[in-house]
Amino acid sequence: MINGVKRQIPDDLKAFEKSDAFKKIKRRLINKKEKQSQTVFFDNIEKAFDHFKIVSGQCLSFHHHLRNGDKVIEMVAHEIENRNLINMHLAPSSIFPNYTKLVDLIKNKNVTNIHTNYINGPVADTVSQGYLDGKLIMNTHGGRARAIESGDLKIDVAFLACPVVDRNGNGTGAFGKTACGTLGYAISDLEYARYVVLVTDTLVDELEDYQFDGTYVDAVVVVDSIGDSDGIVSGTTQLTKDPIGLKIAKDCALLLDELDMIKENMSMQTGAGKTSLAVVKYVKDIMKQKNIIGSFASGGITKSYVEMLNEGLFRELYDVQCFDLDAVESYHKNRNHKAMSASEYGNPFEKNPVCNKLDFVILGATEIDLDFNVNVTTDSLGNLIGGSGGHADIAFGAKVTIIISPLIKSRIPIIKERVTTVTTPGSDVDILITERGIAINPIRQELIEILKNSDFPLFTINELFDLSHRITGVPREVGHESKIVGYVEYRDGTIIDCIYQVKRFQ
Amino acid sequence: MKIGIAGSKESNDCLVTVKESKTTNIIIDSIVAAFFYDQIKAVIEETLKELNIENVTVVVEDKGALDYTIKSRLVSAIKRMEKSV
Repeated sequence: MINGVKRQIPDDLKAFEKSDAFKKIKRRLINKKEKQSQTVFFDNIEKAFDHFKIVSGQCLSFHHHLRNGDKVIEMVAHEIENRNLINMHLAPSSIFPNYTKLVDLIKNKNVTNIHTNYINGPVADTVSQGYLDGKLIMNTHGGRARAIESGDLKIDVAFLACPVVDRNGNGTGAFGKTACGTLGYAISDLEYARYVVLVTDTLVDELEDYQFDGTYVDAVVVVDSIGDSDGIVSGTTQLTKDPIGLKIAKDCALLLDELDMIKENMSMQTGAGKTSLAVVKYVKDIMKQKNIIGSFASGGITKSYVEMLNEGLFRELYDVQCFDLDAVESYHKNRNHKAMSASEYGNPFEKNPVCNKLDFVILGATEIDLDFNVNVTTDSLGNLIGGSGGHADIAFGAKVTIIISPLIKSRIPIIKERVTTVTTPGSDVDILITERGIAINPIRQELIEILKNSDFPLFTINELFDLSHRITGVPREVGHESKIVGYVEYRDGTIIDCIYQVKRFQ
Repeated sequence: MKIGIAGSKESNDCLVTVKESKTTNIIIDSIVAAFFYDQIKAVIEETLKELNIENVTVVVEDKGALDYTIKSRLVSAIKRMEKSV
């Protein structure tokens, strides 16, 4: 059948209809887990596998707060291999380039199904090449929380890396040698997995402040190291020096000002890319100039937002994951730097998730199409290179969603007739800002009204599409193999697009 | 042997190497080959024809350069080849 973004979806799946379709549906909740007995302590992963009798076919989950420095998923992967467990279903909230052990496990059919929100690197390539026996399901951050609480994604054992754990099984990421800040993506796993195992390298007697409540924790595994701190910090901390990126960022801030979005009590979220950081700087300049105090910024929090909190430009930060050590430190010390869970952030069935309170969000795109659908899941060849994360959640929730991107990236035009893979439906995408012009989604006539007499270079998206092709030439259609390797699941659990095996390129 | 090199391997640029050879060969290694291989090849062929150049091996290591970049790098590489001893 054809779904609400004109994509062909297998008939036996729930097809995406529209982004607010969830409002007609009742929230489903399985019972939160009940702790069986006293928290037990082990000194290696093997003993946890024995204790919880982990067998082939089960679902194990993880969070990605240690990002490219995570060692826990590799530890568990080795144990799966040593025991030769097969048909395992893994549900890490993201998969980073360093999780290379999973490549062998996928090729050898130890791991046959994966749920994740973001996937990049060798594991992504392995899935794109068709090696995963079952399916890859790509969730949003809010959608993953929904899938877990509803029982759509049943977790047998959650292995949760936790920088510091106390004797009662309470845990925090706020400090310790592998401090990563808030552990927001793991809260649903903690509350709903059948068994919860914290994996730590720092055991203390008693924590006063903690994010993981020990009453949900069945076991703690204490190991030498759960992560490499170099890999934990996200790479980008400096704003772009690229003149194209700076122009886009400046136009974005000026456009927000023209739309009167930079005002008292404003709330915003941006990505952590270099151009996004430049947008934050320009917005900050305008806020200071006009003496504006915002209510909150949310997201993966970076140093730039920490500085704005400290300078009194925002009253609060809502943080699901700290992107750098400044954010970790601020989360640890500043009461107004608040943790949020993935569910509180973006679950469509939460009463008032943070994503719905956002005035504007600035997001990136690998591709955007003539219907304003955005792809951040695959590249234009169909290779998996990312995933929604919070993209679709905040695009839905925010009053104004802006995509910033160069019109052309290394000769590849970012505007397509149809995106290779739909991550975020065009109905939730309002404005595209490129260095050569700005396009506003025709469904947002009120924005067009405000801007039509301004000096901004407004075009239709079709005009920008034609312009880019005049510069680059028309790219050849690449196509894909017929095998479906996975699905992009929209936040409400419906399928917004299929992910295909990439074409072998000659 | 006469050889000329122009360009770089920076993003949006290309490195073009031209060498004398018994026949004309064009070797393209491009990050956007899947989308633009034919166009890149056509630009090189047209430029060689315009300049009446034959019997060269052209190697293009492309990082997403636009046609006018590829053309100007090729022209420079040829001029450098002709000057080289």
